[in-house]
Amino acid sequence: MEIVNKLLDKSALSALIERLSKSGKEVYAPVKENGITDFAKIDTIDTIDFDCITTIQSAKSLVFPRVENILSYKKTSEDIVVKNVDITAFPEVVALGTRPCDAAGFIPLDAIFCTDNADEIFNARLKKLTIISISCKKADEYCFCTSVNGNPGNTAGSDILLTEISDSTYFAEIVSEKGKAIFDANTDLFKETAAIDKTPHLAEVKQEFTAEAINEKLNTLFESDIWDKQSMRCVGCGACAYVCPACGCFDIQDENKGNKGIRHRCWDSCGFGLFTLHTSGHNPREKQSQRWRQRIFHKFSYQPVQQKQFGCVGCGRCSRACPADMNIAEHLKEIAVN
Amino acid sequence: MENKNIYVPYKMKIEKVTEEAPFVKTFRLKFMNDEDAEKFDFRTGQFGEYSVYGEGESTFCIASAPTRKGYIECTFREAGRVTKALANLGEGDIIGFRGPYGNIFPIDEWKGKNLLFIAGGIALPPMRSVIWNCLDLRENFKDVTILYGARSVADLVYKHELKEWEERPDVNLFTTVDPGGETPEWDGKVGFVPTVLSEIAPSSENTIAIVCGPPIMIKYTFPVLEKLGFTDENIFTTLENRMKCGFGKCGRCNVGKVFVCKDGPVFTLKQMKELPAEY
Ligand SMILES: Cc1cc2nc3c(=O)[nH]c(=O)nc-3n(C[C@H](O)[C@H](O)[C@H](O)COP(=O)(O)OP(=O)(O)OC[C@H]3O[C@@H](n4cnc5c(N)ncnc54)[C@H](O)[C@@H]3O)c2cc1C
Ligand code: SF4
Ligand code: SF4
Ligand code: FES
Repeated sequence: MEIVNKLLDKSALSALIERLSKSGKEVYAPVKENGITDFAKIDTIDTIDFDCITTIQSAKSLVFPRVENILSYKKTSEDIVVKNVDITAFPEVVALGTRPCDAAGFIPLDAIFCTDNADEIFNARLKKLTIISISCKKADEYCFCTSVNGNPGNTAGSDILLTEISDSTYFAEIVSEKGKAIFDANTDLFKETAAIDKTPHLAEVKQEFTAEAINEKLNTLFESDIWDKQSMRCVGCGACAYVCPACGCFDIQDENKGNKGIRHRCWDSCGFGLFTLHTSGHNPREKQSQRWRQRIFHKFSYQPVQQKQFGCVGCGRCSRACPADMNIAEHLKEIAVN
Repeated sequence: MENKNIYVPYKMKIEKVTEEAPFVKTFRLKFMNDEDAEKFDFRTGQFGEYSVYGEGESTFCIASAPTRKGYIECTFREAGRVTKALANLGEGDIIGFRGPYGNIFPIDEWKGKNLLFIAGGIALPPMRSVIWNCLDLRENFKDVTILYGARSVADLVYKHELKEWEERPDVNLFTTVDPGGETPEWDGKVGFVPTVLSEIAPSSENTIAIVCGPPIMIKYTFPVLEKLGFTDENIFTTLENRMKCGFGKCGRCNVGKVFVCKDGPVFTLKQMKELPAEY
């Protein structure tokens, strides 16, 4: 649909949040606790941390939880009864205060889970998620959205995008049908406006390279010592994948208790040595450098072919979370000029 | 199954257990739900995820031929957690099965050609499906040659079927065991698969070679085939990357631009050469 422009006062946003949670929707927003800001369930605007540049973890767990049941089973002496997940019981969720990069992150994630054979569980959660993002006024040295086809006021992936244009007012762009449904149910909270140039209200993030250039470079860079060099200090902890909004790799495990149990899927990472280890002991990606190469190739070379999407939105989370101080933006820049 | 949860397996009953070799068993599995049996269809080369509830899932190819309806079979080696748990089950027990997944051996395109099957060790199962499939459609193909090797006589799987193939006039069967693996009664060949292959030197003329086996066997077999004049397009193999989901989502089997589970597991040598060597 064509984007519809409105204004939303902060007091109206506060009312909107209350209405949404009263109507039975679960509203998640960045909340600061013990000095750390992450998405948490809220019912009032007061608990939102509007100042944080990005949450430590992405919002992906709203559609791809860290651990989730994919089935449960019960054994009797004669039989095994397998119970499917009740996807109709999933809550309606609103993510509020996601950044444009977070919202864009749902696009490659959706592409992973729903290209061919749609993953019904993921799909059901995504269908029930509405994303109300807030443009970035501030960025830090880890942000590089503009180098991977994003920008601090990008609407892609959001259902509504809010841009703070004064201390009391947001410029609201209604981007999708889901966003429109929220607008339609709360028209009294929005005001009319002509289109507004957001640029003066956005953070400046300098473009250092392009995703396309990385993609191009990788065509001839598989066999290169750059991977050893770049990953020398990587300890293979997998934190980068866990905080990444676009990483979708998972493991499947059974948890048995007596005669019943569940089968769950949980986040996994191509950075782990065990990820590809065959039972025979053979490992196609034995070294950390091969696993670092896989991370970069998957996001910038393979995903564009497999799912027609780049697998990185430039949020910088992996760099902020890395205990070994790996900086993906610097590494990508190095690849771009290689 | 009316639910579309792609992770929920079919319910299967173990109908028959065959001890093939030390630590290797074949299960014949029947669908417990008639509707599932009716709807289920697969083609040779495909695989599935077999589950022991409480232990997890394991990836095996479907070792029976699609031309044999009403059941599927898998042959597995006890290797780790799930396969050990499977090995402890017996006739009448219930397991889960999801599939079929993956691509197929393009046997329709092989019409009118000679077929050369080369298998090593426990890798006969993927091959067995395609061998029976081709033998059930025997008139479609010219010469059929099977070269099968194992570490020792005891390690040869499908001993009954090897006998059946040996007795068929329309199949040339060569069996071999690694040096030291022979018994006094052994009347097959002694030597590694690649060595025996260069010895019997089958013609590459109008011939498709299908090779399955441990990485080391495959590595030394390809050069022999190349020497015999086989082109990369006419050599087929299967890859066995670690898998979880089986349908291109969990990311585990990703090699280059392909998912082995979705775009494979069957590849020609030509396709393999286009992939990074991460298998
Ligand atoms: C396409 C294909 C076809 C195959 N066909 C056959 C066949 O016909 N016959 C055959 O014998 N073999 C076959 N294999 C190999 C077979 O899949 C493995 O030998 C088998 O899965 C071993 O399972 P396991 O549970 O016994 O081993 P384990 O290594 O014990 O695995 C136990 C379970 O836990 C998981 N797991 C184990 N260790 C870890 C870890 N460290 N971290 C996370 N998860 C872990 C495993 O994925 C598995 O679900 C095939 C493989 C592929 C890919
Ligand atoms: S967070 Fe840093 S150390 Fe950990 S796997 Fe990622 S790059 Fe390596
Ligand atoms: S790879 Fe790093 S910068 Fe890119 S989307 Fe993932 S966490 Fe953000
Ligand atoms: S096994 Fe999950 S992607 Fe191939």
